[in-house]
Amino acid sequence: MTILRPYGDTTGDGMVQLSFTLPMPHSKVAEGAAAQLAKKMGMDPALVVHAKPMGPDFTFFVVYGRVNHLVDTSKVNVVERDFLLLTPKEVNAAIKRGLRRELVVVGACIGTDAHTVGIDAILNIKGFAGEKGLEYYSEINVVNLGAQVSVPQLVARAKEEGADAVLVSQVVTQRDAHLLNTKEMSAAFREAYPADERPLLIAGGPRFDESMATELGVDRVFARGTTPGEVASYLTDAIITKRAERTKAGV
Amino acid sequence: MTTRRPRGKLDLDPVTVRKARSLARQVGRPIVKLAQQHTTVSVERATLRLAGLQGADADGIPWVNRLLDAVRGDVGIEHGVALPVWDALVRGEADDLTVLAQKAAAGSVRFRLPEGRDLTRARSASRKQVGAGVRRVDARRRERDRLVKRWGDPEQKPWIYLIVATGDIYEDIPQAQQAAREGADVIAVIRSTGQSLLDYVPEGATREGFAGTYATQENFRLMRAALDESSADLGRYVRLTNYASGLCMPEIAALAGLERLDMMLNDSMYGILFRDINPVRTFVDQRFSRQVHARAGIIINTGEDNYLTTADAVEAAHTVTTSQLLNEYFAKEAGLEDWQLGLGHAFEIDPDLPDSFRMELAHALLARELFPEAPLKWMPPTRHMTGDVFRGYLLDGFFNLAGALTGQGILLVGMMTEAVVTPWLSDRDLALQNVRYVLNAAGSLHEDFRPAPDGFIAERARQVLAESIDLLGRIANDSDAAGDPPLLAAIADGTFGLMKRPADAGRGLDGVAEKAPEYFNPATEILEGDR
Repeated sequence: MTILRPYGDTTGDGMVQLSFTLPMPHSKVAEGAAAQLAKKMGMDPALVVHAKPMGPDFTFFVVYGRVNHLVDTSKVNVVERDFLLLTPKEVNAAIKRGLRRELVVVGACIGTDAHTVGIDAILNIKGFAGEKGLEYYSEINVVNLGAQVSVPQLVARAKEEGADAVLVSQVVTQRDAHLLNTKEMSAAFREAYPADERPLLIAGGPRFDESMATELGVDRVFARGTTPGEVASYLTDAIITKRAERTKAGV
Repeated sequence: MTTRRPRGKLDLDPVTVRKARSLARQVGRPIVKLAQQHTTVSVERATLRLAGLQGADADGIPWVNRLLDAVRGDVGIEHGVALPVWDALVRGEADDLTVLAQKAAAGSVRFRLPEGRDLTRARSASRKQVGAGVRRVDARRRERDRLVKRWGDPEQKPWIYLIVATGDIYEDIPQAQQAAREGADVIAVIRSTGQSLLDYVPEGATREGFAGTYATQENFRLMRAALDESSADLGRYVRLTNYASGLCMPEIAALAGLERLDMMLNDSMYGILFRDINPVRTFVDQRFSRQVHARAGIIINTGEDNYLTTADAVEAAHTVTTSQLLNEYFAKEAGLEDWQLGLGHAFEIDPDLPDSFRMELAHALLARELFPEAPLKWMPPTRHMTGDVFRGYLLDGFFNLAGALTGQGILLVGMMTEAVVTPWLSDRDLALQNVRYVLNAAGSLHEDFRPAPDGFIAERARQVLAESIDLLGRIANDSDAAGDPPLLAAIADGTFGLMKRPADAGRGLDGVAEKAPEYFNPATEILEGDR
């Protein structure tokens, strides 16, 4: 079944809820305006179940209603995980076998972003969502540069450490800072390294879209909810498995 | 069986509490000594700001920075900036500080260390001018007292604390006024991300910032004036908060005193751990900024909530208590009184854990009973706000209930859209309804709330206190090869939040100097004089 409607309490009822504010005082007209907006959004019938004045100039609404739209799950585009999920033990074994040295990961929050929550969740031994961070992996050498690292600093340090992968976390999204910073970062790495020696570039943060990797010039984008285990598995896949495949194919 | 009246709601053993405080003193005292032996570029610039030097050059570099850099180039800062600067003024190199700074920036004045009668003259001239600045701070404090008397304090406790952060001071103002109308007692203007690492204070009214608005003297003035207007309308004094943290802590504290800000975020170790600012720089700046806050009648807010955003809130509960004890010691040493200690803590336990709310109550009550006179700052959940705004709203309700039940002083209003968007108008309205409902329905429930003497809450609180005493004991016995104070050694080996911050690394270290025997700073002299 690929064609679906929203579900309230009966299959096919198409019920949704919506809340919003209109910049006008509360009145009958305001409630009518809210219903009008909901109708234009495709809700029919639209039921304004709650309207509350917020100060003299604004009104808050909650609307319930039925939409006639259908969704077709066969036409949805998402980035599916295209690598095997491995345990820390399997990751360590694969690195030992495939690399015969520690895999070096350099991580940082770049630009003025001071929010290290994301990079720390992935890198710190403490980890995230019950999974230990990359520091826990005996075969991964983690260099966490922390917050507010400039792009030139990051490139220099990546070279110094011989990084296999560079992880950049961006939380602040005001004025698209996360996108601009990431593009600046990937451009700098392309300039500083020959194409075949460049470390794997990974960007992560709660407001990233995973399909934007190419546009941002990075190898992979990880969005909200990514766990350290997923990142470690991806690194293993991209650096070791893919490399072995390339060698086999004689590329 | 004897029937002894329990001490407070947790019946904490006074001997244990005394031990905790005495360990905090033992850990803190060598740091105070270290702070007394050093000065920093920011302490010296704060002194110039108290003397009235304002403004910036064409590139936006403040005159205090230009003047200090020139002095530093000629004679260093280890003697303090006051003697060389007022010596130059007494010598007639310039009519006032601004002209002197301009000439110094152009390289047309040389600074020296005065001796003999020149020294006496420079000293007394600097005392006079910096003293006038401190008196301006005093006048602003009296003005606050007068306005609070006229317009009144909030009717309820805790005070309701709301944040605005648009990046543009002219957008912040209407938002802050709207928040005050909706019931906020305290407005905090979040700073632009990254300001903590600037080694200067930006100048003038600013309209661009990242995730916040720059802290500048003019922004302070504009916002305070706007809130005075709102206070008069509402018939209640609305307080203003900003951040004295980062590399310019002392200067921002001075500006806050001069512009009658009411609360300042000011933590003893936050900059070290979370911003990688050099530990010595932080402790020196810290002490001076707290002396200014003490004088200005400003309530400080400490940053213990941050420990819980990076570490597990159950496992790390005792690090909060430890930090509160250290913050209290450093604050009191700097002259702050109990009513000025907005010690921080937060509601960050994983809501999926069994008994999470009981543990929250235990931790919050422990803080309340350990620091009975302090206006504790209670911070809402952020870590376990997932984007499910409905569940988040419930969690915020429980947060508000814990705040009411445990008598918190300042309640930072939680937003159900935490981790989703910067708060919308409707988010703030819903959040305030949540607070109002809880305070209205259960604001006095603390009168009936007595945890069982040997029940879960009392036991948990005692356990956290015991763990924090253990941690303080470990810190007190820490050491490093360089013979640094134990707390510095502990910070260096990652005792706090797994972050290792050695005393000889971190940002701003090059702005620290050991004081020469002839060091003189009129501001320090005045601030410490009346104690």
